Amino acid sequence: MAFDSFDAFVAMGGHGPYVWACYFVFFALSLVLVLWSRAQRKAALQGVARRSTGRGETDTGKAPADFVRVDSSNH
Amino acid sequence: MWQLFHKLGSPKWFYGIASRLMPWLLWTGVALFMAGIIWGLAFAPPDYLQGNSYRIIFIHVPSAFLAQSVYIMMAVAALVTLVWRMKLADVFVKSAAPVGALLTFLALFTGAVWGKPTWGTWWIWDARLTSMLILLFLYFGAIALGSAIADEKSSARAVAVLVLVGVVNIPIIKYSVEWWNTLHQPATFKLTEKPSMPADMWVPLLMAVLGLYLLFGWLACLRMQTEILVREGRTRWVKELVRPGGNA
Repeated sequence: MAFDSFDAFVAMGGHGPYVWACYFVFFALSLVLVLWSRAQRKAALQGVARRSTGRGETDTGKAPADFVRVDSSNH
Repeated sequence: MWQLFHKLGSPKWFYGIASRLMPWLLWTGVALFMAGIIWGLAFAPPDYLQGNSYRIIFIHVPSAFLAQSVYIMMAVAALVTLVWRMKLADVFVKSAAPVGALLTFLALFTGAVWGKPTWGTWWIWDARLTSMLILLFLYFGAIALGSAIADEKSSARAVAVLVLVGVVNIPIIKYSVEWWNTLHQPATFKLTEKPSMPADMWVPLLMAVLGLYLLFGWLACLRMQTEILVREGRTRWVKELVRPGGNA
């Protein structure tokens, strides 16, 4: 431990506000980006689901002959 | 060789591989990054000149490092888009751009906050800071151009050209601290020399950089999968994937 007490750790020798502001902004904005990306993914999945149930399974082609289900569990 | 190349370009193949890789990228990345940061914040010794404000380095350097690396990766993908018309390369460019923009902003922000107690100013228009600001605008440009063109193919080509032209900025950022007088200190890590700081400082820093690389990989996979779902929504394999029990 480079500090004598928890208070000294928080104070960072007077540089506390600078250090903690950086770490706070870093984590806050990163979290926003991750949550936004997850929301986008959810919306995309719902979009595909809606389209495939809405028009039924009468897909006009495109599917390859050697179709194999992709294992995408545990993401 | 060509078969592998073809496979790599297949969104369906990529989707499956990404799903398998993502938990590893996420948890190894979180572990490395958090360990590096906690070590750096609480256990590394203070800097004899800068005191404790230097502890910002443990997020500033990883952000700045990744901001440039991500741009280089995007430039390689842009070249692949233009030469081989590989769709997946464009998917990467579009998915990575917002992440790169955030990393660049974070590098600039943490740098400014670090500059205040260290240099006595938030910002100066010197070469390093200005070229990083240009990098941020390049990212914004790529995002805006990509979303402004509806046609998938023209959008891919336009963004690829912009990203490739902008890559000239990367060596300027890299060598700005050597070519011009600047307040910014020179590079922390060099391939050819031992780091100029004690191991108690550079080991946690390296851990944070590697951890953030892995976390970027995770987020890039997640965002690429989303982009693939949107683009390939009409194909049968995507429909199978989202069907109940399909486990997307």
